[in-house]
Amino acid sequence: MTEITDLTLNEIVTNIKKKKISSTEVTKSFVERSEKSKKLNAYITENFSSAIEQAKKFDENPNYELKLPGIPIAVKDLFCTDGIKTTAGSKILNNFIPTYESTVTQNIWDQGGILLGKLNCDEFAMGSSNETSFFGNVQNPIGENLVPGGSSGGSSAAIAANLTPVTIGTDTGGSIRQPASFTGTVGLKPTYGSCSRFGIVAFASSLDQAGPMTKNVKDCATLLEVISTFDKKDSTSIDFKRNNYSSELTKNIKGKKIGIPKEYRVDGMPVEIESLWSKGIEYIKDCGAEIIDISLPHTKYALPTYYIVAPAEASSNLARYDGVKYGFRSLGENLIDMYEKTRSEGFGEEVKRRIMIGTYVLSSGYYDAYYLKAQKVRQLIKKDFDDAYKKVDAILTPSTPSSAFKIAEKTNDPVSMYLNDIFTVPVNLAGLPGISLPAGTDKNGYPLGLQIIGKPFDEQSLLNIAYSMEEKINFKNKITNWWM
Amino acid sequence: MTIDLKTVKHISKLARISVDEEKANKLAGDLNSIFTFIEKLNELNTSDVQPLTSIAETTLRFRKDEIKSENIREKILKNSPENNEDFFVVPKVVE
Repeated sequence: MTEITDLTLNEIVTNIKKKKISSTEVTKSFVERSEKSKKLNAYITENFSSAIEQAKKFDENPNYELKLPGIPIAVKDLFCTDGIKTTAGSKILNNFIPTYESTVTQNIWDQGGILLGKLNCDEFAMGSSNETSFFGNVQNPIGENLVPGGSSGGSSAAIAANLTPVTIGTDTGGSIRQPASFTGTVGLKPTYGSCSRFGIVAFASSLDQAGPMTKNVKDCATLLEVISTFDKKDSTSIDFKRNNYSSELTKNIKGKKIGIPKEYRVDGMPVEIESLWSKGIEYIKDCGAEIIDISLPHTKYALPTYYIVAPAEASSNLARYDGVKYGFRSLGENLIDMYEKTRSEGFGEEVKRRIMIGTYVLSSGYYDAYYLKAQKVRQLIKKDFDDAYKKVDAILTPSTPSSAFKIAEKTNDPVSMYLNDIFTVPVNLAGLPGISLPAGTDKNGYPLGLQIIGKPFDEQSLLNIAYSMEEKINFKNKITNWWM
Repeated sequence: MTIDLKTVKHISKLARISVDEEKANKLAGDLNSIFTFIEKLNELNTSDVQPLTSIAETTLRFRKDEIKSENIREKILKNSPENNEDFFVVPKVVE
């Protein structure tokens, strides 16, 4: 028999609307499964009993017009939730209880969603394996001692292990798409300015975007429709006409032009990724779209650019954690001593490393050589995409240069960890939408993803291409419940 | 270029993060490998390129300068590390 927790979001919504199942039954099922899955360490904060209470209230007075009628949803612990602890995976925020709600989560509750809990992530979203979290690493449901990717590792583990019907993550350099790829799930980073950043703990403000993480493309469209809104509280939120992504979803992509960038064929890329990419190209042709070879000549400069821009913005954003107004405080002999001890004890190693990089590249005498240089190269990277989009409607690449790796395999070498984001980082630098779609497995049976990159604000085409490919690929995630 | 111990200590002062000798040594090593990687950018001539300062290509919106939230003093002080109903408390600054 199919369990409720096996169902997709859209299947659950249909069943609730037809009154075949109640919100309470659904919520209890996910709570029960989450309770049995503590070994994955996906949650930082559980909101289980309150979620069941809210589900009961929904059932007493149901509103079936909503897009998420009584649906329990766990979210990444980077979204501020009013009255519920929000840590960003850091010791420095371990006692922080926001008195306001992020716009993206508010949109979810306004459509009938119920908070199930807050999911683990890399500290301040800085990481590609969820190993920088103060609350410990997360297990990938695909196999024991495999990383779930990062930074949205708790989110990717929770969706792959059926602990929540859908979830949301944030993506600064690949933090939605890379964990989606590592867990055989779908993850979408929207165009910069689509989803409000208000109430999201800031990492690198010119790159950060929230986005859906789901079991399939249709759920992804449904959730994007809920979270993508114009918001005056975010000065970079963009007021554009948003589609009804789920109802406009179509498998007809005949005549679409899809670009294949030759620069994404990187040295040392496993044969499996290469052949997955070739298969992806065949699937796209089968769908009636046209393949066009393109060039994105500055691709190899994207990661070095990112590792100047992101830490620079982070060092500035994280200056607020000084032990004065909220968060962890370490006692000092004087004010400066208190700042230095608070930040030294409150931040983890990777966060400190990035603050140091950022501080250095912004410091007097080095600004032009590093930060200004990076902003100029960022312009060239964006121009590469602008030029490509004169010829094509979307671009197909692998999501990651490898499948999920073992816990502790890369923790001692920051640069090798950073290389994980080689295919995802350019998309953030250029502010574009990108989706990772599960497309196959490697020799160990670990999932591999393909990334589709779209034109700005053209999430609909992105979803349509993914939707038609999904049917051809027919990927089935193998989850054995090994942790139970 | 290389980042020496003295530079690491200078950056840590600027960043208000105290580091001990052992950590500073490790950080110097990490930062050097990261900056070797970053310096790939010097291959590119960017003298004619305008820096990209905003990806969102919009001008910032104007709004009226008016108070929207009132009486939120309690909310603001709620997460204060040291309790005081009126102020944030810090170690003595003026002797």
